[in-house]
Amino acid sequence: MCQAEINKDKTADMQLNGADSRRESCARETMRLQIESRSRNEEFARVAVAAFASRLDPTLMEIDDLKTAVSEAVTNAVIHGYRGGDGIIYIEASVCGRELTVTVRDTGVGIPDIPKAMEPMFTTDPAGERSGMGFAFMEAFMDQVEVRSEVGCGTTVIMKKQMGG
Amino acid sequence: MGDVSFLYEAKGQVLVIHLPKEFDHHNSRDLRYETDLLLAENYVRRMVFDFSKTVFMDSTGIGILLNRYKQMQRSGGSAAIYGANAQIRRVLAVGGVAKLMPQYASKEAALLG
Repeated sequence: MCQAEINKDKTADMQLNGADSRRESCARETMRLQIESRSRNEEFARVAVAAFASRLDPTLMEIDDLKTAVSEAVTNAVIHGYRGGDGIIYIEASVCGRELTVTVRDTGVGIPDIPKAMEPMFTTDPAGERSGMGFAFMEAFMDQVEVRSEVGCGTTVIMKKQMGG
Repeated sequence: MGDVSFLYEAKGQVLVIHLPKEFDHHNSRDLRYETDLLLAENYVRRMVFDFSKTVFMDSTGIGILLNRYKQMQRSGGSAAIYGANAQIRRVLAVGGVAKLMPQYASKEAALLG
């Protein structure tokens, strides 16, 4: 069974930090969203996460950065995770203090070599129209990015950003 | 999500591409095919991208711009950008496009180069 499936009910922070994160200093607030893997949902996803993040009173620049990073992760799921086919994209956003955590998960094909996939300019697109900068953009616009993937099981991207001051 | 079709404008040997409000993967699916067609049918020496209506762009937009830039370079032509807001300019910088393609404040300036 896929590890991501076993962990699916755990929050991103429980996955990253183990059960200890239950004893957090903050009252964590969480939003969960499930959408079909369709390119039209890329805009919906980034706008929904940005709307949720607005409770941190972020600057316009922080919101724009967040939207770009979410768009990259969701576009990756649509194009690479599900290869343009059917599937569900699971998005979770949560806030703890001033920190926003966003998780974008697919149950698609998975990434065989994560360091390779994260290299700037690396792309599997034969047409050369894709920049290969998706992960580099997530890293540029968020404070922290972690990618977990299992071939045949899917990919989870966990991103964090301090917002609103 | 509104009208996502691209508007193209030919000004002599300059092709102006008016980009959509949200320049992402979804809204740029037809751009490659349409510009290939326009480049095949017209003598284009300069490609000018209009960002004046654009409020969002991600790395999909960067991929398209880089590809078109290289295409124009190969044929001895040029490419330019105008009307980019602060966020778009940041994305252009992170994506490495800012140092390749000159940016102008107005369409007139971009057309002249």
